[in-house]
Amino acid sequence: MKLIKKMARVGRECVACGCCASVCPRDAIQILYGIAAQVDASRCVGCGRCAKTCPAGVIEMIEWSNEK
Amino acid sequence: MKRKKWSDYLWLVELTYLCLGMFNILFAWLGMIFFTLPLAIAVFGGGKAYCNRYCGRGQLLDLLGEKLHLSRHRVPPAFLRSKWFRYGFLLFFMTMFGLMLRNTYLVFAGAPLKKVITLLWVFKLPWQWAQVDLVAPWAAQFAFGFFSVMLTSTMLGLVTMLLFRPRTWCVYCPMGTMTQGICQLRNGKEMSQHGGTCKTGSGTSETACK
Repeated sequence: MKLIKKMARVGRECVACGCCASVCPRDAIQILYGIAAQVDASRCVGCGRCAKTCPAGVIEMIEWSNEK
Repeated sequence: MKRKKWSDYLWLVELTYLCLGMFNILFAWLGMIFFTLPLAIAVFGGGKAYCNRYCGRGQLLDLLGEKLHLSRHRVPPAFLRSKWFRYGFLLFFMTMFGLMLRNTYLVFAGAPLKKVITLLWVFKLPWQWAQVDLVAPWAAQFAFGFFSVMLTSTMLGLVTMLLFRPRTWCVYCPMGTMTQGICQLRNGKEMSQHGGTCKTGSGTSETACK
């Protein structure tokens, strides 16, 4: 079944400050290797809190589909 | 709502540090913890845990901007997050830190102690009331220089908190840039293997790029 939902995507210029991870209500974001944030698509509910909080402004909300 | 942990109250440590420094400049030495701890955590494999969980300054800015609504919540300009600016600012910051160490050495070598706090590397505030007789003049000079660095970075953090998002300082914080650089040197390979399948080239979130 095709599933389309909103989810967060982290841009290349992430500074790995962790602000997004700390506000995520579903713990869907982790800071990978201290280099950048990574979003777990299966947990993200697309609430957009991370995008609003990100001090660098590098998180955008995208339409995500489980099929190509 | 997430449950509060002890580490959520580290903003009190930052606030106490600033107050203690005003009370007696020698407390500025305690700030070395804020310099060495993030680096040690990054070097020994803890990544950016300091920035992510234990940074008192970040928490204080968040508190002022978010809870007290002092921030305008605007997206900061793009240049602020660019590599050239972040590493340029780090280089500038380290140069000024080096000059501060040079001044400390000069006092150690016999130059007179300057009881001055320099804000934003330009504005000199007289700090004549400071009681520094307990320690050697070079140790006092270091305290003056170090507290100048801490106050300057706090001021920059406050101004960018007011103008943009609460933790805008984190974007160009020299410690954050350094620890991220260390993590890239340590774990760059693993990271590229982990997120290397992203074809769109616009994210580090592998799952988002599938």
